[in-house]
Amino acid sequence: MTSAASMADIDNIDHALIIASQAGLPLTPDPYKYLAEKLDISASEVMQRLQAMQERGIIRRIGLVPNHYTLGYTHNGMSVWDVPDERIHILGPKLGTLPFVSHCYRRPRYLPDWPYNLFAMVHGRSRAETDAQVAEILQLLGDEVRAYDVLYSTRILKKTGLRLTNNKG
Amino acid sequence: MDEIDRAIINTLQDGFPICAYPFAVVATQLGITEDDLLQRLKTMQEKKIMTRFGPLFHAERLGGAISLVAMRIAEKDFDTVAEQVNAHSEVAHNYQREHEFNMWFVLATATEQQLQDALQSIERKTGYPVYNMPKLEEYYLKLRFIV
Repeated sequence: MTSAASMADIDNIDHALIIASQAGLPLTPDPYKYLAEKLDISASEVMQRLQAMQERGIIRRIGLVPNHYTLGYTHNGMSVWDVPDERIHILGPKLGTLPFVSHCYRRPRYLPDWPYNLFAMVHGRSRAETDAQVAEILQLLGDEVRAYDVLYSTRILKKTGLRLTNNKG
Repeated sequence: MDEIDRAIINTLQDGFPICAYPFAVVATQLGITEDDLLQRLKTMQEKKIMTRFGPLFHAERLGGAISLVAMRIAEKDFDTVAEQVNAHSEVAHNYQREHEFNMWFVLATATEQQLQDALQSIERKTGYPVYNMPKLEEYYLKLRFIV
């Protein structure tokens, strides 16, 4: 999943650019110039490097990340599904077409305790809304579902966000 | 939040120009002034309507290791274990969930070896087994959330 090759594509300046921008861009008319000054390179180099990282998929996109909670989407459920391994590559993308699914991944099973291989996060304004969303997924997957469950979060124990550090290890 | 705020949130989830004065470009697109756009974004930041504004990185393509980890903790030990787990700087976020598997956290490290070391350290300190559930395949990741 992680490859040494992709890391090799990021040179030291890219790395510094990631560190400088991962907390966010400043809300000023010329945000890239701010990064340029921090790195002591030109603004046009900052822009070229960001563009290149975006084209290579290292940056998924630049933009705004709304806060689901503040916008009223206070209920999040991690729905987990046991579906046949040989069908998962068809079923996974299907779930992704549902408007309330924010991410959908395949993860390993731990039999017999954990039989689920397909994870889909759902978001709603109430428990009733997320329950209805799970029912919709169930209908979409139909007979392919051998077992499923929904894990609602009850408490945030820690939230620091992902941060790349200067220590490459 | 008014209609303009909604338009800003929806538009800025589609991407952001890479040019000298990107906010001016977006403001023109929205039919407002650059100053108005920046003011509104600052207000949204203060009111925590937006979590962040900037590049969204593809964590795996940065070369680091990242995984979702689950644990099954007895109720009486839960708070102690939560403390022990959270004490690891590699733990990015940690949620309690209503299930037999009641603790779910994300581990992020610079290398795969560091991730394995962190898993071992957590097992040793808590006395509980960890269930490492790395992403094997990504089918969908929502980048837009229409308001």
